Amino acid sequence: MAMEVTQVLLNAQSIDGTVRKQAEESLRQFQEQNLPGFLVSLSGELASDDKPVDSRKLAGLILKNALDAKDENRKRELVHRWLSLDPAVKTQVKSCLLQTLSSLAADARSTATQVIAKIAGIELPQKQWPELIGSLLSNIHQVPSHVKQATLETLGYLCEEVSPQVVDQDQVNKILTAVVQGMNASEGNNDVRLASTRALYNALGFAQANFSNDMERDYIMRVVCEATMSPEPRIRQASFECLVSIAAMYYEKLAPYIQDIYNITAKAIRGDDEPVALQAIEFWSTICDEETDILEDYVGESSGDSDIPCFYFIKQALPALIPLLLETLLKQEEDQDLDEGAWNIAMAGGTCLGLVARTVGDDIVPLVMPFIEENITKPDWRQREAASYAFGSILEGPSPDKLAPLVNHALPFMLSALVKDPSNHVKDTTAWTLGRMFEFLHNSIVGTPIINEGNCQQIITVLLQSMKDVPNVAEKACGALYFLAQGYEDVGPTSPITPFFQEIVQSLLAVTHREDATESRLRTSAYETLNEVVRCSTDETAPLVLQLVTVIMMELHKCLEAQNLSSDEREKQSELIGLLCGCLQVIIQKLGSSEPTKYVFLQYADQIMGLFYRVFACRNATAHEEAMLAIGALAYAIGADFAKYMPEFYRFLEMDLQNFEDYQVCAVTVGVVGDLCRALEDKILPYCDGIMTQLLKNLSSDNLHRSVKPPLFSCIGDIALAIGENFNKYLMYAMNTLQLASELYAHTSGFDDEMTEYINSLRNGILEAYSGIFQGFKNSSKTQLLIPYAPHILQFLDSIYMEKDMDEVVMKTAIGVLGDLADTLGSNAGSLIQQSLSSKEFLDECLTSEDHLIKESAEWAKLAINRAISV
Amino acid sequence: MAPHDLRRPFKRPLISDQEKRRQQSLLRQAQNRRDAQNHARFLASTALSLEQPHELEPEPVSAPELHDELIPDSEAPESPKELDVVEASKLKGAEARKWFAKQLMHPEWMIDIPENLSQDWFVFARPSGKRCFVVSCNGTTISRLRNGSILHRFPSELPNGARRKDSSGPAQSYSILDCIFHEVDQTYYVIDMVCWRGYSLYDCAAEFRFFWLNSKLAETGACEPPSHYHKYRFSLVPVYCCDQSGLCAAYTGSVPYVKDGLLFYNKHAHYQTGITPLALVWKDENCSQYVMDTDSKGQVPNHQQVVLELQEGGKLCTSDDPPVVFGCLDGGFMHESELHSGCLVRFAIGEGGLVLVDGKLEKADLNYLGKANRARASADSFSKVMFQYSVRHSPLRIDDLLGSVNSAADESNKVCDIEMDG
Repeated sequence: MAMEVTQVLLNAQSIDGTVRKQAEESLRQFQEQNLPGFLVSLSGELASDDKPVDSRKLAGLILKNALDAKDENRKRELVHRWLSLDPAVKTQVKSCLLQTLSSLAADARSTATQVIAKIAGIELPQKQWPELIGSLLSNIHQVPSHVKQATLETLGYLCEEVSPQVVDQDQVNKILTAVVQGMNASEGNNDVRLASTRALYNALGFAQANFSNDMERDYIMRVVCEATMSPEPRIRQASFECLVSIAAMYYEKLAPYIQDIYNITAKAIRGDDEPVALQAIEFWSTICDEETDILEDYVGESSGDSDIPCFYFIKQALPALIPLLLETLLKQEEDQDLDEGAWNIAMAGGTCLGLVARTVGDDIVPLVMPFIEENITKPDWRQREAASYAFGSILEGPSPDKLAPLVNHALPFMLSALVKDPSNHVKDTTAWTLGRMFEFLHNSIVGTPIINEGNCQQIITVLLQSMKDVPNVAEKACGALYFLAQGYEDVGPTSPITPFFQEIVQSLLAVTHREDATESRLRTSAYETLNEVVRCSTDETAPLVLQLVTVIMMELHKCLEAQNLSSDEREKQSELIGLLCGCLQVIIQKLGSSEPTKYVFLQYADQIMGLFYRVFACRNATAHEEAMLAIGALAYAIGADFAKYMPEFYRFLEMDLQNFEDYQVCAVTVGVVGDLCRALEDKILPYCDGIMTQLLKNLSSDNLHRSVKPPLFSCIGDIALAIGENFNKYLMYAMNTLQLASELYAHTSGFDDEMTEYINSLRNGILEAYSGIFQGFKNSSKTQLLIPYAPHILQFLDSIYMEKDMDEVVMKTAIGVLGDLADTLGSNAGSLIQQSLSSKEFLDECLTSEDHLIKESAEWAKLAINRAISV
Repeated sequence: MAPHDLRRPFKRPLISDQEKRRQQSLLRQAQNRRDAQNHARFLASTALSLEQPHELEPEPVSAPELHDELIPDSEAPESPKELDVVEASKLKGAEARKWFAKQLMHPEWMIDIPENLSQDWFVFARPSGKRCFVVSCNGTTISRLRNGSILHRFPSELPNGARRKDSSGPAQSYSILDCIFHEVDQTYYVIDMVCWRGYSLYDCAAEFRFFWLNSKLAETGACEPPSHYHKYRFSLVPVYCCDQSGLCAAYTGSVPYVKDGLLFYNKHAHYQTGITPLALVWKDENCSQYVMDTDSKGQVPNHQQVVLELQEGGKLCTSDDPPVVFGCLDGGFMHESELHSGCLVRFAIGEGGLVLVDGKLEKADLNYLGKANRARASADSFSKVMFQYSVRHSPLRIDDLLGSVNSAADESNKVCDIEMDG
């Protein structure tokens, strides 16, 4: 068998498709028929030094894939499958893997390190394989450096796979000691040193205790800082990555080292290889992130979530840091604006400059202005571009009072540069900078308006002209226009945009028709801007927006007619359909929000729905999602009369409710069901059998993305509220599902923050469902049907109250359910309610809440309870 | 080790327009769900269909002329149908004026003390100023005086009260507050809440309306000092249970406004348009500058004056429903004085005074003075005439009120006041 495996594994990598397929098929059969034998064979293959490297590598890879998958449900299956294997098999596999760490073949070793980490990720939380870490640590003292390197790599991956809680502090200490020793300058072998540095990166999350110990922290920091000066660039890069991670995790411990770190990073930013310099800049960007978070907490007076003080590292480093960052701006790459994936030192430096501006505010302005003034008129395009980029970068953070005069002064020059500068790169950045000026300084709240009667026309003219420039510049000009329109959002009944509205819309439509509109996101940007112009328009231009309806409908019609497309063209067509549906959605929302325009607009509803039906015939997730969103808005605008579309629309609704693969489509469709419930009320009844069946099916499925589940629960509540006592026929099934779910999600202990947050959103959905059901049955003759469920619901409320881990949203919904229960069941539930903890402590807590919505729900619940128990 | 992805958005907004649309849809849906819940929680019994007016155009109301204000409505004030509020928000000019003139709830004057004052009633000091209806809708706020004419049109922090981005519900959902505009501090004192974010509170008890008013108004920021989007400050009025301490607090307590008497609201009463005995007003010299009616020159006339409406057959009636008849004019006098049915006519009450038997008016000594001021919208109510009459003859004093509240308290105390000395 072993011989066969080697050949099959080699065949599986053959260039000959037939051979390859055959080999893959036999591997699949082997796995299905005899999993233990399969795994043992593969691990044996990987461990055998006399086998070809290629078959060993693939053996390792297949092993890894037998243990882990991206899909959560698949992953759970694999974990379970591994855990239920015969222990002897597992021991054999693991021993082969550990043996491979000593192999001379680097590829085999490296594959084994990853497989070991995967098994550790499964077994360590189960308290299995206790000897693993010990045996790895004993390897460290082995002489051959390749063994050492592989072992350190394994430790690194292991730290990535398992959470710090499952490894006890004694072992953590030993791992860190080994890793940090391996990083030390005294370690002569670069491979070992690199592996150690990368391992430390993953192990930092384990080092909480060690970072609290001055001596240990000093030691770790010294070694990391020394490694940034290694002659080997990969080690320097990896050690800067460690510094970035330390900045994010241990900000409050950095004070003693910050001066040294500044010196090290400055040197790297000025002179090191780009990958290293990028990490050095990232260190300061991370410090900015940390300090803005802390300072926001100060302002928000959030309830002591973070007790971390701000050390104002950025403010102190400012005089040195700013010149350093400004230098990087001059290191642009030619044509970087044409490459979507570009990321270089100039981009990173400007980004960091922007973060610094957000962190320190006004203080940055005098340090940057001289650079702008000096460079903005220079003959070298790099200098002009850097000056403009610097200006654009610092516009968020400093106060408008400080910036407005400067922007006012610079505006004429910028506008002229946008059309006259010979460099596309400069024009691109200039348009972006103008956009930022409008984004942060142009709105009715700022004291000195930067756009006024005098220059409004000129600005619009220049932007429209610039929209005819090369795609990347035109795209930025669209972006600037977007913010210009947005700034007039709250302007009142008369908008300065009005006189130009038609011209703007026509120019944007012209952009969407450009041959090169698919380059540089240009077409997307033009539609986004069109959407914003419509969103911010006033009643004055409502007739023009109405005209736009037919234009966009025409576009969509044309687009749907296109046939015989290549796959590339088809993709672009789908994208355009999505954009057009998005635009229609914005128009529907705009025109639907005021009565007079709504009624004129609704004459197109039949045609629009007809187009959407055709959109659903395309197999494109984004297009479906956009069309669904638009239909939700349309149903909301039309109200009960939407019922006439239901017979035809229903099949698309059902289809998209079943779209598990593109789960966003499913999620949006669930939202639309809610819109329909509120629009149609009891007219949705004929469709409820199908919808409820699908909702319950979705809830019980393991294959649907978890983010869709909370809205699914809420949607049950929407239906119950819409159809009232007619919900009776689904009651048993719905309550059964809700009861099971509430038992499952009553407790969060042992979960991380993210999971707790998710569970809270599930609870909110469950509670909204209960609310809808109670309210729907209120005042009907069938309220007594709900009485049997009351004890369980009250118990659920009590247990989530006891857990003390509700967020505000859940708290509000939960206390509301208590009120709904009391309101609907009245005296039938009086004594039950009085026995519940929720009606006392929880209610009292909510009554004194600072959160307005919670308090409001609680006061209502109190009224309802008083009524229920006084009868 | 995972490659460290350090790319940050470069020359790009943080969220895409599509993401923005998705989020806005979610917000709208969450808001609508909340609205639907609130609707179900508070108004299931009122069966409103506010959000979907069924007609494209409002039924044209016959266009009344300006002087229509002088023609009294023969119909009794109807309890407003909810659809009317939506339609009314579209009314303009005279039509709107006419409609709104009928929407306020007016207290009767307190001529005797209701039973259970301390248990069933609220009391508060009425701000002196212009009584008005404040409607916020479609990005603007309009206040209308009791005759329906517009006092101010302004931006406010009330829901949809200013043109600004507001994710909190559809722009056409309206809110209606019953207010008194107090000139001195340019503040709208809110004394009742009639509609909130499109939900009618007409059919809710005063207890609930006050609770809702208290919890909702502050949330909007409408009580903040004026700003660009918020021209006038709104303010709540302290409302007390009408027990002894509540009554004292309302009577003597200091408030930021000039008091004009005390208002008593029955806790269980709905908001009823027109005059209602479930809301009462009372005043004396300590809590009001205007206890006795003044004439057009601001002087208190020697004899009490009343304005009555001339109806078919020369009957002189109050504005009550049903009207109280004070007397009758003969056809010759009417012709001579150019009076016709529907006129508002002013009289002085002569030495003969008002004669009541069992609380019913038996006889009134009326002396004709002339037609009433054009600005008058309606005749005096019976309770007003009687209150003014009693102020001149045997006023109801604060001590009487306190006495009634105390005696109630005494009675309840007596029951449990049993000393245990075994």
